[in-house]
Amino acid sequence: MAFNTRALLSACAIAALCVPATAETITIATVNNGDMIRMQGLTKDFTDKNPDIDVEWVTMEENVLRQRVTTDIATKGGQFDIMTIGTYEVPIWGKQGWLVSLNDLPDSYDVDDLLPPIREGLTVDGELYAAPFYGESSMVMYRKDLMEKAGLEMPEAPTWDFIAEAAKAMTDKENEIYGVCLRGKAGWGENMAFLTAMSNSFGARWFDMEWKPQFDTQPWKDTLTFYLDLMNEAGPPGASSNGFNENLALFQTGKCGMWIDATVAASFVTNPDDSQVADQVGFALAPDKGLGKRGNWLWAWSLGIPAGTQKEEAAKKFVEWATSKEYLELVASEEGWANVPPGTRTSLYENPEYQKIPFAKMTLDSINSADPKNPTVDPVPYVGVQFVAIPEFQGMATVIGQIFSAALAGTMDAENALASAQATAEREMTKAGYIK
Amino acid sequence: MATQHSRAAARLMISPAVLLLLGWMIIPLSMTVYFSFLRYNLLVPGMEEWAGWTNYEYFLTDPAFFAALKNTLLLVGGVLFITIVGGVLLALLLDQPFWGQGIVRILVIAPFFVMPTVSALVWKNMFMNPVNGLFAYIAKAFGLAPFDFLAHAPLFSIILIVAWGWLPFATLILLTALQSLDSEQLEAAEMDGANFLNRFAFIMLPHLARSITVVILIQTIFLLSVFAEILVTTNGGPGTASTNLTFLVYAQSLLQFDVGGGAAGGVVAIILANIVAIFLMRMIGKNLEA
Repeated sequence: MAFNTRALLSACAIAALCVPATAETITIATVNNGDMIRMQGLTKDFTDKNPDIDVEWVTMEENVLRQRVTTDIATKGGQFDIMTIGTYEVPIWGKQGWLVSLNDLPDSYDVDDLLPPIREGLTVDGELYAAPFYGESSMVMYRKDLMEKAGLEMPEAPTWDFIAEAAKAMTDKENEIYGVCLRGKAGWGENMAFLTAMSNSFGARWFDMEWKPQFDTQPWKDTLTFYLDLMNEAGPPGASSNGFNENLALFQTGKCGMWIDATVAASFVTNPDDSQVADQVGFALAPDKGLGKRGNWLWAWSLGIPAGTQKEEAAKKFVEWATSKEYLELVASEEGWANVPPGTRTSLYENPEYQKIPFAKMTLDSINSADPKNPTVDPVPYVGVQFVAIPEFQGMATVIGQIFSAALAGTMDAENALASAQATAEREMTKAGYIK
Repeated sequence: MATQHSRAAARLMISPAVLLLLGWMIIPLSMTVYFSFLRYNLLVPGMEEWAGWTNYEYFLTDPAFFAALKNTLLLVGGVLFITIVGGVLLALLLDQPFWGQGIVRILVIAPFFVMPTVSALVWKNMFMNPVNGLFAYIAKAFGLAPFDFLAHAPLFSIILIVAWGWLPFATLILLTALQSLDSEQLEAAEMDGANFLNRFAFIMLPHLARSITVVILIQTIFLLSVFAEILVTTNGGPGTASTNLTFLVYAQSLLQFDVGGGAAGGVVAIILANIVAIFLMRMIGKNLEA
């Protein structure tokens, strides 16, 4: 008996010596977009290079992600070591000291290679607070075959009037082909991102220089009426619950003639594995109204590290890996250049291989043409193209997104929707102390 | 017979559990009340200040509040109506002897085991989707235009989804009650010439009254706080067409990150739920006495 116990103990001791030190696990919160799903598939490359780090993913839909990470970081919950956040959150959180500064990334990371508009959006007072995983603007994606059938030709820089004309000409409801698919799902990052960017090109703005909401002005009326008419005539049924992913599915299955959305979708709609119309997709700049501003936005999904995490070093290593040049090459070697996360590095757009990709130039042009400091025709007191970079914005825009989504579902008309948007914005801005 | 001494000992021994339970309830409740008087936005930390009744003022004057109140009542009423009428009918049907009864009973009860989020997802994507859903497919097969349930009848769709989940519960309780009914009484009535409708109205229904009360009480408690189905299918929209009080409180505190406003909404919801509970107990709780 005594012998047995001793043998068991020594066996345990030897076993304990043989097992390597337990790996550190970092938890990453991310959005269920295609590029992030791909990154999860490639995690092995990172864990092979860093055997002492384990990676755990929590993948969520955009609206849910925002809610989870914001509550986690604001209440210092400590659930996540890396968070996928956008251009809206980074400046606000950075200023509050909620994020770890990434200014000490090694030289090999080549921070100067990041595209200037994207890098600027993630920097507060000279400190980089998040590393861009992919950057995007928005553009028109259209079906060349349907365009030809309609007897039209898409210009490189179309106007809204042309989009309306083409959408009506392409619509064939009998065969479930809808001229244009646009976001209608309520949410500040869903329909409001699209509508705010669109309204910029119509000469509308959220607030005047005194922070007074502007939904009662003519440009907003023009924007919303145009959007509703277009969607009612040429949009898919159920559009009021369609966000990015829903429209992507519709476009990939050949049900949309045109889709105006994030440039990052280009690789999904041209990938023959996922898209039934891969060989028929053309690209154009986001439309304008002849007022000098196009309806395109600027966004970067980035990886940030919450201040106070116990695993800062490991988290930094991961962020560096996922946003490095090497990662781009890894994706290219595994899945081809078209599937590389776009819009973050100058060197990618200088790469002759990448220049052959049909949407590469259009993406870069769209990103470079968006100006977060002067997003609208008239001057505004805020920064942000498809959002207003103040903490109160997401609450307010979510409510207004619901109102506009109701207008699209047909439960209220444009005039009532704008009046109630104006009332909501005035209430919230008064509550927050912007309007005395 | 317990002596005074043993009663005192029992009290002493049970007190830790009681204290724990009280703490469990009172701490979060008082924090909610405290937060409801603060100007407290998650995105603007360190700016918390006393706000008095402002949060309540804003919550109660919010146009969404009245819509939510109406929707909450419609949702509870609608689901109760469907589950009780449907439950009685199904119970009557399942009480008959027929071939394959066991399997049919399991099938009827099955929806109760499906998680609300899953059932809502299935209904949203596989049945009600106007492009790819089953209902759209059937409508198209008959040459009709597909109906967009979640955009044009959002509250009705949610009532349908929730009722589908709760119908088995009502059926099960009512079926048990029906089975406890004395068959001799029914036979006697039949021999006296009472037709089925009469037997149902004068014997079965009064016998079921108590179980129906139980179903109404239990379901009301759960239905006042329906949330998952709304979050998954419509997100409270379009507009506020399918926002109930629970969703409104969620939207305030987690979509708008206004903890103060959300807490005020929570307190209002607690008060309203208690009013409904008292009303219910008074009105139909009588059935449970004697």
